[in-house]
Amino acid sequence: MGAIEAIAPPPLIEGRKTLQQVSREIGAAAERKPTWLWWLTFSISSAFLLVGAVAVVYEFRTGVGTWGVNNTVGWAFAITNFVFWIGIGHAGTFISAILYLFRQKWRTSVNRSAEAMTLFAVVCAGLFPILHLGRPWLFFWLIPYPNTRGSLWVNFRSPLVWDFFAISTYFTISLTFWYVGLIPDLATLRDRCRRRVRGWFYRFFSFGWDGSYRTWQRYETVYMLLAGLATPLVVSVHTIVSWDFATSILPGWHSTIFPPYFVAGAIFSGFAMVLTLMIIVRKVMHLESYITLRHIEAMCKLVILTGGIVGLSYGIEVFIAFYSGDPYEQYAFLNRAAGALAWGYWITVACNVLTPQLLWIKKIRTSLKAVFAISILINIGMWFERFIIVVTSLERDFLPSSWAWFAPTRIDAAILAGSFGLFFTLFLLFSRFVPVISMADVKGVLTYGRTSKEVRG
Amino acid sequence: MSRRLFYAAFEHEEDALGATRAARENGFKIVDVYAPYAVHGMEEAMALSPSRLPWVCFALGLTGALLKVWFEYWTTWIAWPLNVGGKPWDSLPAFVPVTFEVMVFLAGVSTVIAFFIVARLAPGKKPVLPMPGVTDDRFLLVLEETDASFDATKVASLFGKFHAAQVDERVEEAA
Repeated sequence: MGAIEAIAPPPLIEGRKTLQQVSREIGAAAERKPTWLWWLTFSISSAFLLVGAVAVVYEFRTGVGTWGVNNTVGWAFAITNFVFWIGIGHAGTFISAILYLFRQKWRTSVNRSAEAMTLFAVVCAGLFPILHLGRPWLFFWLIPYPNTRGSLWVNFRSPLVWDFFAISTYFTISLTFWYVGLIPDLATLRDRCRRRVRGWFYRFFSFGWDGSYRTWQRYETVYMLLAGLATPLVVSVHTIVSWDFATSILPGWHSTIFPPYFVAGAIFSGFAMVLTLMIIVRKVMHLESYITLRHIEAMCKLVILTGGIVGLSYGIEVFIAFYSGDPYEQYAFLNRAAGALAWGYWITVACNVLTPQLLWIKKIRTSLKAVFAISILINIGMWFERFIIVVTSLERDFLPSSWAWFAPTRIDAAILAGSFGLFFTLFLLFSRFVPVISMADVKGVLTYGRTSKEVRG
Repeated sequence: MSRRLFYAAFEHEEDALGATRAARENGFKIVDVYAPYAVHGMEEAMALSPSRLPWVCFALGLTGALLKVWFEYWTTWIAWPLNVGGKPWDSLPAFVPVTFEVMVFLAGVSTVIAFFIVARLAPGKKPVLPMPGVTDDRFLLVLEETDASFDATKVASLFGKFHAAQVDERVEEAA
C-alpha cells in the first residue's frame, strides 16, 4: 500500500476536509458580507457596464453609423465580439459536459464557475448580433411565428437563422444544466441560512430538495443526459458560427476547415478565460485548497492541446491558400500577414501559437503569475484572431473599386468595454450569492471517510 | 394505518453504504436513503431500478426533430414557397442544423421538467427534512417495519455495527 501511495497522484482537494467543512468554506463567500475587494471590483466592472450601456443607448438612438463600419466593411467589432464571447463560453460546457462524460474528477472544483462563465459569456455574445441590426427592436423577426406579413417565414437555409437557433438553444441548455447542478447546493445553503429574506430565496430556488437518494439517482441520470446533449451542442454552436463565414464566398472565409478550427479556437480561448477567472477566484475567495495547482496544470495542458490545434489550423489555412492556386485566396493571406493589419495578425500568431508553448515547461505551468499572464495574452490573441478574420477579408474582396478601410470609433470601443463590464458584473454577482464551487460534487471526491484509492482519478 | 420507521444517521459514506447493503440483504424494507451528495454505488446497495428518464429524453428529442423537419418543409415548400437564390424547395441538408438545435432544446428541457415532476420538486416547495444535516454532512438510512417478523433488536444491532451516529424511531400516520 505504501508504494502505491507514493506513486499515486495527490488528492484532488487538499487538507483532509470533513463534509461540513466543505459546506462552511465554500458557502462562506455567499454567507458573509462582501469584502472591500469585492466592492472595488464590482464598482469598476459596473462602471464599465454603465459606459457600455450609455454607448448602446446612443447607438440605438442614432444608428449603426456611430460605429466605424461602412458599405464594404459591414461586420467589424460587433461580430468580432460576438464570436469572441461565444467562444469563451465553450470551455464552460467543455468542462461541465465533456469532462463529465470522460469521468475527469478534477472538474468538480471548477465546473460551477466555468458554467456560470458560459452563461454570462453567452449573454454578452447574444447582445452583439442584436446590436448590429439596423433596427434592433425587430430582432424577434428571426423567430418563425405566424405574422401579418404573409405569413412570411424565416429562411431556414440561412446560416444567420441557424445561428439564432444555435445561440438560443445553447443559452437555454447551459442555463438548465447550471441550474440543475445548483439545486442541491442551494438546499445546503437554505438549511444553513439564518436570515429571513435570503432564506426565502434559497427556499424558493432549491425546489424543496431533501437529499433523498431516489431523487439523487434521477438527478444523476438527468445530469448525464444533459451532458450527452450538451457535448454535440457545443460543437454544433461554434460550427454554425463558423458557417456564418464559411458559407459566404469571400476569400479568407470560404474554407472547409472553419468548423473544427473555430471549435478548437473557442475551447482554447475559453480555457484561457477559465484560468484567468480561477486564479483570481481562488485567491480572493480563499479557495486555494479546492482549486489547487493540479487543477491549474490540468487546464494548462488542455490549453496546450487546443492551442496546438489552433496553430495547426493557421498553418493549414495558409498552406491551402497557396496550394489552391486561387489568386484571390492567396492575396487574402498575403494581406493578412503583410498588409495594413499585419500587426494584428502577428499579435494573433504570437499570442495563440507561441505563448502556449511556454506551458510545456512544468515550472511555468505551476507558476500562478506566469499562467495568469499567459491566459491574458491568449484572451487578447483570440480577440485579434476574430478581428483579423472578419475585417481583413471584408476590406479587400474581389473588386478593388469596393476596397475600404475600417477604423473603430469611440462607440465601438465603449461597447466592447461595456461587454467586459457586463461579464464581470454578472460573474461577481454570481460569486456573491451562489457557491462558486459545487459543494455536492466536491464532497463526492473528498478523501474523507473512504479508502483512498477511489478518489485519486 | 400508521407505520413505524427506523432512522439511522451516519457520518461516513462507507458506513451508510454498508448499512444499506446489509439492511437489504437482511430483508428489511428500505424507505429511502438521504445523502448530501450522490454516493457512488448507492443505487446498487438500495437495488434501485434504473430511471426511465432517458426514454423521455429520447421520445421528446425525436418528436422535436420530426416536428422541425416537417415545419421547415411546410414553411418553405407549402405555406409560402419563396425562391431564395435559386435554392431547391427540397433543401434537406440546409435544414439539418436547425433540426438538430430544436431536437437538443426539446430533449433537454423536457427531461428536466420530467425530472422535476417525478421527483416532486417545484419552486418554493417547502422541504421536509427527515433530520437536519442531510443536505450538509449526514447520511440517513430509513427502514420500515413491514410485518410481525420484523425484529427491532436486529435493526439496532445492524445500525450499531456500522457506527450509526444517531438512531431514531418514529411512528408516522399515513395520509
